Amino acid sequence: MHRRDALRLLAAFPALAGWSTKALAAEWDNTLTEARGQTVYWHAWGGDPKINDFITWVGEKAQERYGVTLEHVKLASTADAVARVLAEQQAGQTTGGAVDLIWINGENFAAMKAQGLLHGPFAEALPNWPLVDITGKPATVTDFTLPTEGFESPWAMAQLVFEYDTARLQNPPQTLAALAEWSAANPGRFTYPQPPDYLGTTFLKQVLYGVMENPALLQSPVDEAAYDAQTAPLWAFLDALHPTLWREAKAFPQNEPALGQLLADAEVDIAFAFNPGRASAEIAAGTLPDTVRTFVLQGGTIGNASFVAIPFNAAHQAGAKVIGNLLLDPEVQARAQDPAILGFQTVLNIPALPAADRARFDALDLGIATLSPADLGPVLLEPHASWMTRIAQDWASRYGVAQ
Amino acid sequence: MTERRSRGLLRLAPPLTLGLMAAPVLAGVAGTALPALRDGAAAFATLAQWPGLPRAAALSLGTGLAATALSLLLTILILAAFAGTPTFARIRRMIAPLLSVPHAAAALGLAFLIAPSGWIARALSPWLTGWDQPPNLLILNDPYGLSLTLGLIAKELPFLLLMALAALPQIDADRRLTAAATLGYGRIAGFCLTTLPALYAQLRLPVYAVLAYGMTVVDMAMILGPSLPPTLSTQIVLWMAEASLMQRDTAAAAALLQLALVLAALGCWRLMEMAARRALVALAFHGQRRTRLDRPAATLALTATVVTAGSLTLGLAGLALWSFAGLWQFPNALPTGLTLRTWMTAWPSLTATLTTTLAIATLATLAALALTLACLQAEAQLRLTPTSRALTLLYLPLLVPQVAFLPGLQVLAFSTGIEGTAAAVAASHLIFVLPYVFLSLAGPFRAWDNRIAISAATLGASPTRIFWRLRLPMLLAPVLTAAAVGLSVSVGQYLPTLLIGGGRIETLTTEAVALSSGGNRRLIGAYAMLQLALPAMAFGAALALPALLWRNRRAMRGLA
Repeated sequence: MHRRDALRLLAAFPALAGWSTKALAAEWDNTLTEARGQTVYWHAWGGDPKINDFITWVGEKAQERYGVTLEHVKLASTADAVARVLAEQQAGQTTGGAVDLIWINGENFAAMKAQGLLHGPFAEALPNWPLVDITGKPATVTDFTLPTEGFESPWAMAQLVFEYDTARLQNPPQTLAALAEWSAANPGRFTYPQPPDYLGTTFLKQVLYGVMENPALLQSPVDEAAYDAQTAPLWAFLDALHPTLWREAKAFPQNEPALGQLLADAEVDIAFAFNPGRASAEIAAGTLPDTVRTFVLQGGTIGNASFVAIPFNAAHQAGAKVIGNLLLDPEVQARAQDPAILGFQTVLNIPALPAADRARFDALDLGIATLSPADLGPVLLEPHASWMTRIAQDWASRYGVAQ
Repeated sequence: MTERRSRGLLRLAPPLTLGLMAAPVLAGVAGTALPALRDGAAAFATLAQWPGLPRAAALSLGTGLAATALSLLLTILILAAFAGTPTFARIRRMIAPLLSVPHAAAALGLAFLIAPSGWIARALSPWLTGWDQPPNLLILNDPYGLSLTLGLIAKELPFLLLMALAALPQIDADRRLTAAATLGYGRIAGFCLTTLPALYAQLRLPVYAVLAYGMTVVDMAMILGPSLPPTLSTQIVLWMAEASLMQRDTAAAAALLQLALVLAALGCWRLMEMAARRALVALAFHGQRRTRLDRPAATLALTATVVTAGSLTLGLAGLALWSFAGLWQFPNALPTGLTLRTWMTAWPSLTATLTTTLAIATLATLAALALTLACLQAEAQLRLTPTSRALTLLYLPLLVPQVAFLPGLQVLAFSTGIEGTAAAVAASHLIFVLPYVFLSLAGPFRAWDNRIAISAATLGASPTRIFWRLRLPMLLAPVLTAAAVGLSVSVGQYLPTLLIGGGRIETLTTEAVALSSGGNRRLIGAYAMLQLALPAMAFGAALALPALLWRNRRAMRGLA
């Protein structure tokens, strides 16, 4: 039966549709019962204490509400968890896997989905799923151009924003060309994390958006025949930029917090983060001076969503679903958006929330350095995952071996 | 237990221990080699295509050889210039604390000290340097691995000194030096001509271990070493972490290459040993007294000691301060405010990690102590003579690069289902803890006055009774010191914890290294402090307990 036929059938029999909602609710009750007492191993990048603390807090909520224990397995790289599940699959371990939940998106999701390493679809059956703003925030169901099809559940939105200290710089450059000019005039005061780091590659993609003749091509997989010509402006831009960078591009910070530390140490004047609230959160934590502000480039910056996915062989799938659902809870989402806690953007459709939940978001003070949603400007969609892999590889062969 | 059964068990102890050392290493290397060699060794072709390969291999060789040569030279210089002087007693007291600093913590401290935005630059800015902003200098992660070499020297110098200190009494160094002095030789010349040859014979295996370690270290290289490209071993770990299995095969191939590089370097070192030996013999025939060397050598040795100990101490003090720092901007030499915030927020996870670390370290150390004591007792009671081959086997885990056998061991642990358990991690630590425990306990154990045992035996005491009632209590101080050494080795293990723990076992060291990439100095400081605190407490207990228990037995209070 085609899916559309099934829908028509459901529409024709309202009772049947009602039954299915009821069935969903009953199934969720089963999930909750099964989850009680389980320990969920959430493999998530552990390089940022604010995120670690947030996950600890989520664990407390999960224990309190559902009797689920959450263990944060702190990863240096999400690929570690992917490699682990892959190794388990190769070893024929189809149940009782070590990874219950992964913080994931982009190429890692594409790889796991392609290799059949994911459990699901599960996301759209979560009770909190209807709260997600899938029309206003299409990135919640399209991960690097790949439809998520319920194999991962979103929990945070992110967008690239640039950070600078007004005590040292008054008028930050607003375009890529102006940034390159500024860097040439102020050598050593700008850098980006070393690809294949996520943020570093995002910067490369942002540059691609700015220098490619037809950025719409980024939404399709890389066309090997045309790739060299299409990316030539990117490498030309970087060739010119690199001599003006921090340490003349002979060394790079390893990731977002390391770049943030360079801003805090005044080693650079402009940094950037994949989180519009990061600067405010760091100011609140006392690690950045309160003169730091953020800005975006004209024409918009890249944005995407963070997801959680469940491996096919996860030992505690019920518990993992409970955590996935809890992450969509308005209370949890509002806490994540609080710049004093994380400053992540919510995935929920705030206007559609019940008044009490809406009030949680209205009460948030977005923070001194955070741009309002209007000022954040347009969100550029993530390019197809193949672009990320390809340009990171190319970057490594071009610049990965210092002169 | 009957006397006969205990003899039988004792006889098993040495082969069992050596098997425990050698088997995982050999199985691990085999497990690593298999994926590298399948499909007609296609992985090597992929590896050869990596543009960073020549440089990464050269970095591994260069930093390893330079760090080993310089550490050894400084060790010899310090021994030659100060052996028997009051300065030497002071240096001797610093060795154990410096040795107990885990590599990652030492590297993190050093990184903060020498970075362009680090403590030295802050202390001198802006009044002396004129810097309002950190200078754009490539000091950390420099492409030639100089910071990494410096960090390695700071950690390996105390190790070689400790090994040398254990060896000096065995070769009757005092009488050799006196003989040289009465013949009018300067301290340096006398030491090199009379004592060094015998000392080096004892020091050879530790030096090889330092060379193998220096070439393949991962945690220090991640923090201090270059990244464009990184050292070969670091790249292996990065490849292993990548999602595609292709890269795991590349990593395996690179691990075999790394093993070959270490063997080549050891061979190269052996040639240098022979050349140095010839030069020394030639020098001896000239009979020059070279007394004028002594003063500059003493100055150099003292400078090296102060710089090494000072940079470690200052770096760690800096980290400690960061863990309490509020906003601390460049060029302020001190933070604007102090706060307990870092400690308070991190405390729950810190204590959980601390407990895991301590449990694993205790398990590994107790097992290592038991095996070591059984071996040594077997040797004494059954009159076995340890062969040099047995000693090499004991050193095997320190000579074979960790990246060459741990990946294979991980697969093995994985297929038996023990991967990711604390017990498996403790077992993997045992491989590295045991050699150190054995090396630090063997000397005092063998030096124990056997006439006490003979007296007890004539009074009718069984060998078992003599061991438990006389030998062990009298050796309490060295046993506790060996335990402290074992504990600090276990606390410092990065790669075994990461790989055998499958990412699920978090210790202070894995956490500190994971955080180091993020550059959050406050939290790194807190983890590094705890990393230091564990071995420090163990060494403190090793000093305090014998002094307390044997307060009325002066000769049994240990070296202190």
